[in-house]
Amino acid sequence: MKVVDAIVGNRGSSAVLVLGSFFVLWQLAVMIFNPPAFIIPSPWVILQEIAAEPGWYLGHALYTLQACLLGFALALLIGVVAAVGIVYSRFLEHTLYTLLVSLNSIPKIALAPLFIIWMGTGISSKVAVSMLIALFSIVIDTVLGLRSVDPDAIDLSKSLRASPLQILFTIRFPNALPAMFAGMKVAISLALVGAIAGEFVASQVGLGYVILVAQGMFQTTRVFAAILLLGVLGTVLFYLVDMAERLLIPWHVSHRTAQGAAPEV
Amino acid sequence: MRQAVWGGGGGGETHRGAALTPAGAARNVTTDPFPGVGAPSYVQVRGVDKIYHAKKGDILALKGIDFDLRQREFLSILGPSGCGKSTLLKCLAGLAPISAGRIEVKGVPVNGPPENMGIVFQRDVLLEWLDILDNVLLPIRFARLSKHEWEPRARQLLETLGLKGFERRAPWELSGGMRQRVSICRALLRNPELLLMDEPFGALDALTRDELNLELQRIWVADAKTVLFITHSIVEAVFLSDRVLVMSRNPGRILDTIEIALPRPRPLSIRETPEFGVYVAHIRRLFEGMGMLKGTG
Repeated sequence: MKVVDAIVGNRGSSAVLVLGSFFVLWQLAVMIFNPPAFIIPSPWVILQEIAAEPGWYLGHALYTLQACLLGFALALLIGVVAAVGIVYSRFLEHTLYTLLVSLNSIPKIALAPLFIIWMGTGISSKVAVSMLIALFSIVIDTVLGLRSVDPDAIDLSKSLRASPLQILFTIRFPNALPAMFAGMKVAISLALVGAIAGEFVASQVGLGYVILVAQGMFQTTRVFAAILLLGVLGTVLFYLVDMAERLLIPWHVSHRTAQGAAPEV
Repeated sequence: MRQAVWGGGGGGETHRGAALTPAGAARNVTTDPFPGVGAPSYVQVRGVDKIYHAKKGDILALKGIDFDLRQREFLSILGPSGCGKSTLLKCLAGLAPISAGRIEVKGVPVNGPPENMGIVFQRDVLLEWLDILDNVLLPIRFARLSKHEWEPRARQLLETLGLKGFERRAPWELSGGMRQRVSICRALLRNPELLLMDEPFGALDALTRDELNLELQRIWVADAKTVLFITHSIVEAVFLSDRVLVMSRNPGRILDTIEIALPRPRPLSIRETPEFGVYVAHIRRLFEGMGMLKGTG
């Protein structure tokens, strides 16, 4: 366990333990009850399926990953700019914020077919759906973070004759980072959902496409293989954001308790 | 001994009640009972009202505030919570507009935060993502001055306040008292003429508070700033100040101004002397007159 700890951290090691047990139980259940493979294959068979065509799966996974990352990056860029606008402008708060909230109450997957019509079946429509679905949580949490500044810190900055831009970058942004990362953790998973949703509607590549085609031919093992890869992809992406958070905001309360006392310098 | 830099002229010694002594008198810190007396006024506050417009009607926070903050004087504003003393400090700092009257710093009407001012708040407002040294250097960052050039000054201030060795620590590794010392260093960094302190020790435990009272006095005796100090502690106000303004609430008004003629530097034990007790008793009676501190609920 020590080795695992060193690689993925404490939380990671318990995740490995829990997931490992899950797959062992699954494997045992399939071996004991022996259901038909088109209903539910064993994990071992799924792994063999992936191992048989690793390059093919990798290609599809990378396509989905690309759509997801581009969507996430766009959502982050647009979301943060929008949030700054909303925080600084009463007009934008009343218009853009209201619009976003009502837009968010629409299931955005329902918009995916529209984007296929507008942007074609290429990657751009998947990126668009992915971006749209990830955008909301980033905007909401960034607005929250930018707003929840100690008024004394603003007064202090003003008393030091700081410009509004200096206050934004020196006080508000660092202060907003913990909230922004909370939003980004939700957003990265949603971005993957968006990418898959786009691929479900119309695509020739990607793990969503793999699932759809395999399902049509009752290749259940292949469906499971794609799902497994999606699970791995989603988990890795989440922990990447988590790691970025630890690197960027080591001062935050949630990390202090996790690390205990500060390292001696 | 201190020399007034501003206001010109080296006058004679300032003595008790020597209100006519010309400005800029050299001062003997151990016996001078009325330091600021006769010094030119650094801040002039005349007929200041402050009205907050709230949904349930307007609130008159300050009414007819009149006082002078003399150059190199340590002036305390003492009052119960809600008497508008923090509001007054904000107006003085140019952080909040006034509704009537005028405030002038060195003869210039306050219109936004003046230069040459340092502020210490009740909460230390340290930025958690900067280390201690960078927190002290925050004014330099905002002023776009050379951090490198100011670093020795920041380190020296930290050393003066007993924080040597903590320069590269994170704020959350420090105790409340240490954090407040850091915020004092930050306020003193650019050597401001005017220092505004808004209940700086209000959130600290009694022992730490005593300790910081002593240190603040030491710093002030060594390099007299013009200080406006807000507090709700009678003892603290009498201990630190040249003069104490007592405020009442609803609306915030100045009830009385008391010159504290105690020699400096004052040891903590001065608080047990009869002379000190007279001041405290006087101020306590003022509060009782407001219907407070009577012990009858």
